[in-house]
Amino acid sequence: MLDRTSAPDFKTVGHIDLIQPRNIKFSNGVNLFYFDSPEQELIRIELVFGNLKFDQEKPLLNQAVMAMLTEGTGKLTAAEIADQIDFYGAFLQADFGFDQSQLTVYSLNRHLPKVLPVVKDIVTDSVFPEKELETYIRNQQQKLQVSLKKNDVVARRVFNRAMHGSTLYGFAAKAENYQQLKQADLLAHFKLMFQPANCTIIAAGKVDEETIKLLEATFGNDWTDSAYTADTTQPTLHPFDEHFYYVEKPDALQSAIRVGLRTINRPHPDFPALQVLNTVLGGYFGSRLMANIREDKGYTYGIGSGITSLKHCGSIFIASEVGADVCKAALAEVEKEINTLREELIPEEELELVRNYMLGSLLGSLENIFSHADKFKNIYYSGLGFEYYERYVEIVKTVTAEELKRLANEYLDYSKMYKVIVGKY
Amino acid sequence: MKNGLRVLVHEDNTTPMAVVNILYDVGARDENPEQTGFAHLFEHLMFGGSVNIPVYDEPLQRVGGENNAFTSNDITNYYITLPAVNLETAFWLESDRMLSLAFSEKSLEVQRNVVMEEFKQRYLNQPYGDVWLKLRPMVYKQHPYRWATIGKELSHIENAHIDDVKAFFKKHYNPQNAIMVVGGNVTTERVKELAEKWFEPIPAGEKYVRNLPQEPEQHEERRDTVTAKVPLNDIYVAFQTPGRQYKGYYAIDLLSDILARGNSSRLYRSLVKENPLFSEIHAYMTGSFDTGMFVVEGKPLEGISLEEAEAALWEQLERVKTAEIAVDELTKVKNKTESTLMFSEMSLLDKAMNLAYYELLGDADMLNHEVEKYLAVTAAEVHEQARKIFRRDNSSTLIYLAEQTEQEPAGEVV
Repeated sequence: MLDRTSAPDFKTVGHIDLIQPRNIKFSNGVNLFYFDSPEQELIRIELVFGNLKFDQEKPLLNQAVMAMLTEGTGKLTAAEIADQIDFYGAFLQADFGFDQSQLTVYSLNRHLPKVLPVVKDIVTDSVFPEKELETYIRNQQQKLQVSLKKNDVVARRVFNRAMHGSTLYGFAAKAENYQQLKQADLLAHFKLMFQPANCTIIAAGKVDEETIKLLEATFGNDWTDSAYTADTTQPTLHPFDEHFYYVEKPDALQSAIRVGLRTINRPHPDFPALQVLNTVLGGYFGSRLMANIREDKGYTYGIGSGITSLKHCGSIFIASEVGADVCKAALAEVEKEINTLREELIPEEELELVRNYMLGSLLGSLENIFSHADKFKNIYYSGLGFEYYERYVEIVKTVTAEELKRLANEYLDYSKMYKVIVGKY
Repeated sequence: MKNGLRVLVHEDNTTPMAVVNILYDVGARDENPEQTGFAHLFEHLMFGGSVNIPVYDEPLQRVGGENNAFTSNDITNYYITLPAVNLETAFWLESDRMLSLAFSEKSLEVQRNVVMEEFKQRYLNQPYGDVWLKLRPMVYKQHPYRWATIGKELSHIENAHIDDVKAFFKKHYNPQNAIMVVGGNVTTERVKELAEKWFEPIPAGEKYVRNLPQEPEQHEERRDTVTAKVPLNDIYVAFQTPGRQYKGYYAIDLLSDILARGNSSRLYRSLVKENPLFSEIHAYMTGSFDTGMFVVEGKPLEGISLEEAEAALWEQLERVKTAEIAVDELTKVKNKTESTLMFSEMSLLDKAMNLAYYELLGDADMLNHEVEKYLAVTAAEVHEQARKIFRRDNSSTLIYLAEQTEQEPAGEVV
């Protein structure tokens, strides 16, 4: 007779095999890291550039330069760029990040010789045409109006601003910031930022000899630094003193809440253990916040906590959209769950589950060669080596309930957290 | 299997993981018009414990697994990813909830609340969030696609009763109605062994015979205007299209790409860039099993009248019916589709989901021939589909009008 009541035996994840990249430095200083996986005839190439120092007078330049990168070069109009990229079935994506920004190309290998010259033209000769800039400003201002009607978006803006002050991390664009944008400023910013010395290339997929030669011929030889070095340092963070923000929306059916504070980032020795603590609190479907506030109380469709690791700090936060009538009750439960972590030891059974979940999740996050490249980026931009992941696995396996309680007392103090409510309270 | 369950295996030993995807052939279209939103509510209840296992998530997380599910108008799909060495845990969990649920009142009560919050979060408390609740009943008069998966109204979810839940389970959740795909670092032999052990003893259940009212062809122009507290006007024009199995499906899909995929597409180039009348514009098809929707949507710029915007949009639709589609333009959308399909092969979970979906359509092997079908489409076929679809008397136009209020304060304290 089949026993359906007891769980089958299982094994815990023993070790994680991460693929390490090969590295070539081109003669102009561009650093190429590549992950070769010859099975598929496709490739992802990321060209990563450090952001320039935040300028309070021209706060939007880092974002705007990235958003407009594909809008025209000395040779090609925006339409011609789009035509050529789309014709070869490639995808081009320019993303602003808080520390680095990047241009990502997805392409089938057989089209790469046609696609890369366009990319080269973009990173060496973007011109930000006046007409395209007008279109960008107009459309962004419209999109902003819609975004500001979304409570969760407003909560994130208020929260980041309070926690990080006037920096790239805290800046939230307003309509007038778009109006200030000038072609000459974008161009100057671009020329400083897009230089070989500030460029790292990460390629994953089929990266054979031929591909490497092509990459070097495109980004390695005649592309040279200018006389001016990109300043990628950032101003000191000055968080706001006020810790409580309530933005009232009289018609709201739900309130967006965001609660959290600045904390350590990846290079700090406590970081992996803090990730375990975060997982217990709100980092997976069975977390305490979900179990209590969604699955027991039914106050929300979803609640979670997260840790971010940026170059200059980390942060830990809890975010949700809760029924407007239960907003106070939901926040009280959040406080209660945090305090429980500070006062009581996590039961061994729960901790065991979280350990296994996190290791399975790490293993599962290595789905393909792109995921290995992503894992590398995490450590590379934190100034860490692959031994970080060995340590991470070890800590997830062995961190004690006592240690996690100590961390909760050190890093999770509800009274010190920023609290943002958008909706009704 | 003997009980009607279909099991497919996709071996991929480049990963240490396994995926178990179970598709149930039931969606919002199978609901009673007085109890809409039920298929989706039921999906939530599938995580509330089964007959022999009091909680679903915990034992899975304990072995390093993750799971989720989604409900559409056509199907309900559940999936697990976990380390392949622990594959049996997935079979244990999934077979028990196919056998029977725990049907607890507490779970129903909580999930009713959760789903009502989901309704608010995604449909009611978002600018333009309720557009599908309004557009569907315009396009569909007979077919159950006239309501969204979340349901027609909150009260249908509020009133869900445990007896209805039990009846729904009996009707739809049995092996005959399910397709299981197991993928990743597994062998067919091991999957067969586990399937026989855990799934074969489940009774076949009664076969659900679908008999839905089909949507009559549309022959009159439909139009509605709603006013709401949104910052910008928005225009939606929806057209009926044939269902997913229609041979012209691939031409229609490429037609939507020609119109609106990427920065080189016609609508973006002409109406956002060259003659800027819109801040954004989109075109897409729903790909439903029965009569589908082809939707063209755009937000006109401030100061542009709705009439002007709508006329410009129609001008583009008229143009694609007759004016030449250049060889390069067609090649472009085909190349784009080919690389999208190749990149999607990189995801094991997507692969497993797609295999289940195509098996439901008739044959999992269809997945392997999708590229060829797109590559075979001719310009004449695209024209033909454009002429069939973009007719005024096949259109439902929903104008979403921004309420003219005094300038609200920015609503931010930063």
